[in-house]
Amino acid sequence: MIHFQDVVKRFGDTTVLDGLDFTVAPGERVTLIGPSGSGKTTILRLLMTLEDLTEGFIYVDGEPLTHELRDGKRVARRPRDVSKTRRRIGMVFQQFNLFPNMSVLENITEAPIHVLGKPKQEAREDALRILEQVGLRERANAHPMQLSGGQQQRVAIARALAMHPEILLLDEVTSALDPELVGDVLEVLREIARTTNITMLIVTHEMQFARDVSNRVLMFDSGRILEEAEPDKMFSHPEHERTRRFLQAIL
Amino acid sequence: MSDLLDTLAAASPQLWEGTLVTLQLTFGGAALAFLVAVGLGLAALSPWVIVRTLVRVIVELFRGTSLVVQVFFLFYVLPLWGVELAPYTTGILALGLNYGAYGSEVVRGSLTSVPQGQWETTTALSMSWLHKMRRVIWPQAWALMLPGLNNLLIMLVKGTALASFFLMNDLTFVSDQMRRTAGTFTSYGIAMVIYLLIALALSWALRVLEARALRRLGLREPTKGETAKATAEAVA
Ligand SMILES: Nc1ncnc2c1ncn2[C@@H]1O[C@H](COP(=O)(O)OP(=O)(O)O)[C@@H](O)[C@H]1O
Ligand SMILES: [Mg+2]
Repeated sequence: MIHFQDVVKRFGDTTVLDGLDFTVAPGERVTLIGPSGSGKTTILRLLMTLEDLTEGFIYVDGEPLTHELRDGKRVARRPRDVSKTRRRIGMVFQQFNLFPNMSVLENITEAPIHVLGKPKQEAREDALRILEQVGLRERANAHPMQLSGGQQQRVAIARALAMHPEILLLDEVTSALDPELVGDVLEVLREIARTTNITMLIVTHEMQFARDVSNRVLMFDSGRILEEAEPDKMFSHPEHERTRRFLQAIL
Repeated sequence: MSDLLDTLAAASPQLWEGTLVTLQLTFGGAALAFLVAVGLGLAALSPWVIVRTLVRVIVELFRGTSLVVQVFFLFYVLPLWGVELAPYTTGILALGLNYGAYGSEVVRGSLTSVPQGQWETTTALSMSWLHKMRRVIWPQAWALMLPGLNNLLIMLVKGTALASFFLMNDLTFVSDQMRRTAGTFTSYGIAMVIYLLIALALSWALRVLEARALRRLGLREPTKGETAKATAEAVA
């Protein structure tokens, strides 16, 4: 379970999130939509500890992520503790970010071996199994540069899955792809949604995909949740005029 | 022509000695400079302001004062405080600290040129600092920093000539001595050729390392012609 409690995020003088509260249940798939600049990426980056939390708390399965209340005071957790909680979370970025100095297979096994301490052989077999799942087993020894964008993104998904996260964050993972490569990546994600119970937080403009995989859609506006609903309701009968206009603009 | 050969034959033991001294100063200085450059370059990215400030002060101190003055300071001033350094130590220390300070800027710049997404991914995979540096960031920064380090290494080769100021028998000192017997043109001409050969050899070696590093990153390897051209430019 993910719980944001009174989360405030400021960049200098700009307040991006101002007292945000929301909860995501274990295994739930939640899609975040909203105009550019409404804070969707910031929310995922806070969860991945890529941004400092200005105020408030984030809990993962009841465990504080970066800050906790101790004797009534808000204190930062030790980096080692943060790291332990963070290992439950994986993220796939818009720009793939594969390590160019490693083969596809090495990209996937690097962290399981050196962070989780998995035996090499086991990590390798696991990686090959996941590569099979994303349809790239035969490219295990390829160099990332030899792959298309869509293939690179599927490797990035495999890399995140190899850490066996409980939570997967997906930030516009198809936005950097040529249109004809989007389908394969979304198909892989659909499959993961179908065959695992990983909690997913998804930022996407692919509304059909969002409809298919998510249990709930949150519409953000200026760092606030404007409305939330099941995908069918959100996309067919949104409550707010603002949501309706946003959906019209992107569909 | 035979005159030149006679002169060379007569002077060759000293020339060889001088070249060896110059090579030792080059390798010793370069090794120390590399350590200093990596140490300061990494420290320059420290999350602590105090560490970063300290690095800036050290770097500016060594970049902003002349190498010659630094050598004189080590060689003539330190003994007044009871610290006597052997000439070799003095030379290597001065070269290492000076070029290390310059090199740290190259190292820092290369590290920060590794795309932010790479750093963020190491965080998303919960890699430790050492792990991400060793296995992800450094191998990418290494390819970026080699051209800059190459330049500095060539400058360091030439910088070793200052050893002659405190009477070490390096190549410059020896050719200066040869002047009386062999004539100005011949002695300095020979010195120039030897310096150039050392510089070309080192530059070529670093180009090979660079090509290898680029290949590991799956980037296009410069062709032989480009390597030669870049080598010539670095030495010039
Ligand atoms: N590093 C940053 N520095 C300053 N402002 C930022 C930074 N990152 C994001 N912002 C601002 O925060 C707001 C929310 O951004 P973001 O979370 O990326 O929105 P979204 O993903 O919904 O488009 C935007 O106004 C953006 O300009
Ligand atoms: Mg965004």
